[in-house]
Amino acid sequence: MTGYCFTNGEELIAICKKEGLTISEVMLRRQQELSDDTAENILKELKTTLHAMKRSVEEGLTEELESVSGLSGGDAMRLNDRAEKNALSGTLAAKAAAASMAVVEVNAAMGRIVAAPTAGASGILPGVLFTCAKERGWNDEKLLSGLLTAGAIGSIIAANASISGAEHGCQAETGSAAAMAAAALCELDGGSADRCLNAAAIALKNVMGLVCDPVAGLVECPCIKRNALGAMNALISADMALAGIPSLIPFDETVMAMRSVGRLMSPDLRETARGGCAATPTGRAIRKKLGLNEIEEE
Amino acid sequence: MQTYDLFDIIGPRMVGPSSSHTAGAARLGRMANKIAGGHVKRAHITLFGSFATTGRGHGTDKAIVAGILGMEPDDERLRYSMLLAKEADVEISVDFSEEMRDHPNTAEIEIETRDGNITRICGASIGGGSILITEINGLEMELSGEYPALIVRHRDVPGVINTVTNILANEHVNVAFMRVFRHARRQDACMVIETDSPVSERVCRLILDWNENISGVLAV
Repeated sequence: MTGYCFTNGEELIAICKKEGLTISEVMLRRQQELSDDTAENILKELKTTLHAMKRSVEEGLTEELESVSGLSGGDAMRLNDRAEKNALSGTLAAKAAAASMAVVEVNAAMGRIVAAPTAGASGILPGVLFTCAKERGWNDEKLLSGLLTAGAIGSIIAANASISGAEHGCQAETGSAAAMAAAALCELDGGSADRCLNAAAIALKNVMGLVCDPVAGLVECPCIKRNALGAMNALISADMALAGIPSLIPFDETVMAMRSVGRLMSPDLRETARGGCAATPTGRAIRKKLGLNEIEEE
Repeated sequence: MQTYDLFDIIGPRMVGPSSSHTAGAARLGRMANKIAGGHVKRAHITLFGSFATTGRGHGTDKAIVAGILGMEPDDERLRYSMLLAKEADVEISVDFSEEMRDHPNTAEIEIETRDGNITRICGASIGGGSILITEINGLEMELSGEYPALIVRHRDVPGVINTVTNILANEHVNVAFMRVFRHARRQDACMVIETDSPVSERVCRLILDWNENISGVLAV
């Protein structure tokens, strides 16, 4: 292990404590080591990414969208409308959920998004970051720290388990995205590195075992709504950690548990569109309507 | 354990809906364009496996065509690529095959350039937008497109590899990965050399002229 490189949460926390740095600061230094590039160049590239994320949220909340399949579009605007009036879950939470949906609707309509960590889970991180930024007055520079912290959590999950639905189901996609977003929110709202990992662990535990079951194999149903709910997961997990509530199961152990659960999952429940929502009568009917072969029974 | 850096997790910036079926597909098309040498007159695309079954809903065909036209995976014109191909007078045809290939997300791309050269490329989208070119004109290989690469066609005789690596060393080009593939002993072979810095046209020519057993050098 060189200076700032870490492979799990324990190593990350150790570096944070030893150097007196936040997770985002360690992640930036790790990226400098890995890419042999300057902090300035890395942040410049990350800023381009941040702006692409911002545009995808705005596009999904302002433009009439329809996906290529015709299955989705317009729901983010509907939820945002209610969020501005009288949402039961509160304006901020409902707006964050709507913003998250917006990005995945843009994705389904062949618009431009940023995979975070994947295209199917691309809404959660930008959805909560930009919504909370408005509420808290966070500027772009602060949001870049959020992306770095999220990247640190994602890189640990990817290295030790997976961020792919085909490998470990939706827990690895929207679960990882929620964990990344929860840790980012926690750091931006003043939480310590320990608390950030607690936030990530809480979010990941909440969706442990969640399967990847896209109707007709498309990144739309149930993916778009799972991004909205992933945003809620991230917000509440961050709030719990910031309130000082620990995760009884440490982050690293949660990641390994997610991997074990992923390995126990039938291939039917890992992005093959053969189980879960995809295999319901309605799911099958949509598949047929789109001209796809019937699901092969084993 | 594999290491994931910041931009493996926060990224790529891409046109949706799928990193493998759309972004990866666009990269396959773009790689095919580079290998064929650009100036495309006609392209025939055959999609296999999951590319064939869910390709339409994921815009896989549009993404590959966008790549063939030279677009990056985050180009917002990607969804209009069929129209743009027509405008650019590039003839496009697409087959959705029921055959299965080794990898579920496989595409074969045949490109005819304006000067009449035909190149056949086979490749797979292996997840998260990453790709692997597995065949060029019937010669099996592995090329990721993650790094600048040099594709050297040659005869399988002693000394050819030495020629190439020597020239690269003199030009201060650092080799990241290198693999040699051959049809059979003393027959056609191919070297795929992935480098840290791009290899210039001048160095390509130098390699081509140096050894009579080298018949083609392409930097992509």
